[in-house]
Amino acid sequence: MALLEIRNLRGGIKDLDIINGIDLTVNRGEVHAIMGPNGSGKSTLGKILAGHEEYAETGGTVRFHGKDLFELTPEERANEGMFLAFQYPVEIPGVSNAYFLRAALNERLKYRGESEMSAGAFRRLMNEKMKQVDMDPDLARRPVNEDFSGGEKKRNEIFHMAVLEPTLSILDETDSGLDIDAMRIVARGINQQRSADNAMIVITHYQRLLDYVVPDYVHVMYEGRIVKSGEKDLALQLEERGYEWIREEVEAAG
Amino acid sequence: MEAIETLAQQEYKEGWVTDIEMETAPPGLNEDIVRFISAKKNEPGFLLEWRLKAYRHWLKMKEPNWQYMAYPPVDYQNIVYYAAPKNTPEFNSLDEVDPELLETYNKLGIPLEEQKMLAGVAVDAVFDSVSVHTTFKDKLAELGIIFCSFSEAAQEHPDLVEKYLGTVVPYRDNYFASLNSAVFSDGSFCYIPPGVRCPMELSTYFRINTAGTGQFERTLIIADEGSYVSYLEGCTAPMRDENQLHAAVVELVALKDAQIKYSTVQNWYPGNEEGKGGVYNFVTKRGICKGDNAKISWTQVETGSAITWKYPSVILQGDHSIGEFYSVALTRNKQVADTGTKMIHVGKDTRSTVVSKGISAGNGQNVYRGRIQVLKKADGAKNYTQCDSMLIGDRCGAHTFPYIDVGNNTASVEHEASTARISEDQLFYCKTRGISTEDAISMIINGFCKEVFQELPMEFAVEAKKLLGISLEGSVG
Repeated sequence: MALLEIRNLRGGIKDLDIINGIDLTVNRGEVHAIMGPNGSGKSTLGKILAGHEEYAETGGTVRFHGKDLFELTPEERANEGMFLAFQYPVEIPGVSNAYFLRAALNERLKYRGESEMSAGAFRRLMNEKMKQVDMDPDLARRPVNEDFSGGEKKRNEIFHMAVLEPTLSILDETDSGLDIDAMRIVARGINQQRSADNAMIVITHYQRLLDYVVPDYVHVMYEGRIVKSGEKDLALQLEERGYEWIREEVEAAG
Repeated sequence: MEAIETLAQQEYKEGWVTDIEMETAPPGLNEDIVRFISAKKNEPGFLLEWRLKAYRHWLKMKEPNWQYMAYPPVDYQNIVYYAAPKNTPEFNSLDEVDPELLETYNKLGIPLEEQKMLAGVAVDAVFDSVSVHTTFKDKLAELGIIFCSFSEAAQEHPDLVEKYLGTVVPYRDNYFASLNSAVFSDGSFCYIPPGVRCPMELSTYFRINTAGTGQFERTLIIADEGSYVSYLEGCTAPMRDENQLHAAVVELVALKDAQIKYSTVQNWYPGNEEGKGGVYNFVTKRGICKGDNAKISWTQVETGSAITWKYPSVILQGDHSIGEFYSVALTRNKQVADTGTKMIHVGKDTRSTVVSKGISAGNGQNVYRGRIQVLKKADGAKNYTQCDSMLIGDRCGAHTFPYIDVGNNTASVEHEASTARISEDQLFYCKTRGISTEDAISMIINGFCKEVFQELPMEFAVEAKKLLGISLEGSVG
């Protein structure tokens, strides 16, 4: 059974469809990159999958672990193993990052009928994961994302992912706003999490992240649809030729 | 935002009534009632005289109307000024306390049997007009600490009462303080001798039970030179359709090098969703740092009452003395809280800190009203005020009225204010981490109040958490 199966998905904000019929199958162990110009619907896809209140599907089906995704609340999706790394991570003043993550992890354990993790066990897990993603321990004590630099915020998203161990991670432009060093650190964190048991959807504008996080498949979105799929070299072609030729191809075919 | 609405409408859990035989005075207020209360309590003559002076002064006063609220006029002739359970024991023996009363406090989570109590907290339980029991009295007495009901103090320690009563809040102070001075029924009295650090938290739990009764308690705490005490106050009342008046006075006196930490979790019945019923909480709380290096710190979590109107204040008379005010006020349904503080800098190098967090939900209105006053001789006085409001939903309001009065140009006064909402983005972020909307709101509110909660003693922090329906920050990280 595929981990995620999207069939003819349509949807967007209010009355406006931004996604116009997407088919995508993601299996465990795979990394899919989704590329495309601004406004092609990449981030909207992530938000619909994660269940943002302002976005809605208007047609098609999505199955996650075989379950109808749209029957699940956003928090149930998370506890089923979905994770969205935000393009603009949100600040929660006064709530320490560590406290927040422990609450999240315990929700997950509760959802699965397992017992909650003690403060001590959590601290050990956190220390281990912080090392994995090269996080300054101070960031765990500070309030969630408050006064974090752009790079720290993105790294924090990967840290959350490392602690929660999702089966499907959707990384929404995790590389945006990062300098090359910060991007390398983030990419290393992502690669650490890759395994045969989980999958990732990496949403990005640029090929450069994919030099470090090498995808199994690359999809190009244009006007709310996947118009081209291929392997790693498709990303390189896009880097060389820009999105203009995709547009031309689509229009020629249309 | 449905969950927010649900949270804003949680039911009041302490709204039951204890069925117990009471002795009550007839409703209405006159000199005879004042004499009746004083006689009931076998008070020394000076106290009755003081009450009568207050009463006569009160008759000449007008109820104030500058506050940010409107409420139907209170009929002072329709209030019962004295209500006491029959068979109240003579101060000490728990065996004589009516089992109904013990059950009442058990139900409120305040067992009065010492072995069942939280270690390290001594409790004075006040039921309507009288104190029903004070725990750990003997143990404290070994250190010379006096902790008892006000009534007992008036009989056993009249010299201390006479010396300090009304020195911080005079009977002429304001309408409700004058009323209280005339008819106050009971409350707690506490004296910490020089150099003693009180080894446990002292606490009073106030319960209004009888219908149509006003509660007018009076608390007086004196920390003698170099002593320290932490004092907690909690309160609840049954749900009733009519409004009940609570007009208390608290006076704190900190002598040289002494410290008083006063924490309140106020959960009087707030009225129902339509704003029917609820307690009018008109309270005067003031402390004086009388000696040099004294410190008084007020921490309050206000979640109850239909109307809250109080400004715990500090007169910073001693040089280098410190005043602090940390407040969380939550208003929902049709509650109004007009609260804040006054910091009056008299001595040199005095410092004050004010942190106020107002949370408004439903149709709740939250007002911060504060005055920072630096007198002419207060060289080097410093104040920092931070006033944050959080709005939940779009029918509530937050208002800030800071008054700053500086009469000395070496003083520094800082005021910061902010208003926030719980954003959809924050909620969505929490949900993508598996945290439900309700838990996310709790967490965000908790984070918002953190600076105040961390000032609360442990036992009280737990209570505050329960009250706001929120989970407290763990010790992780």
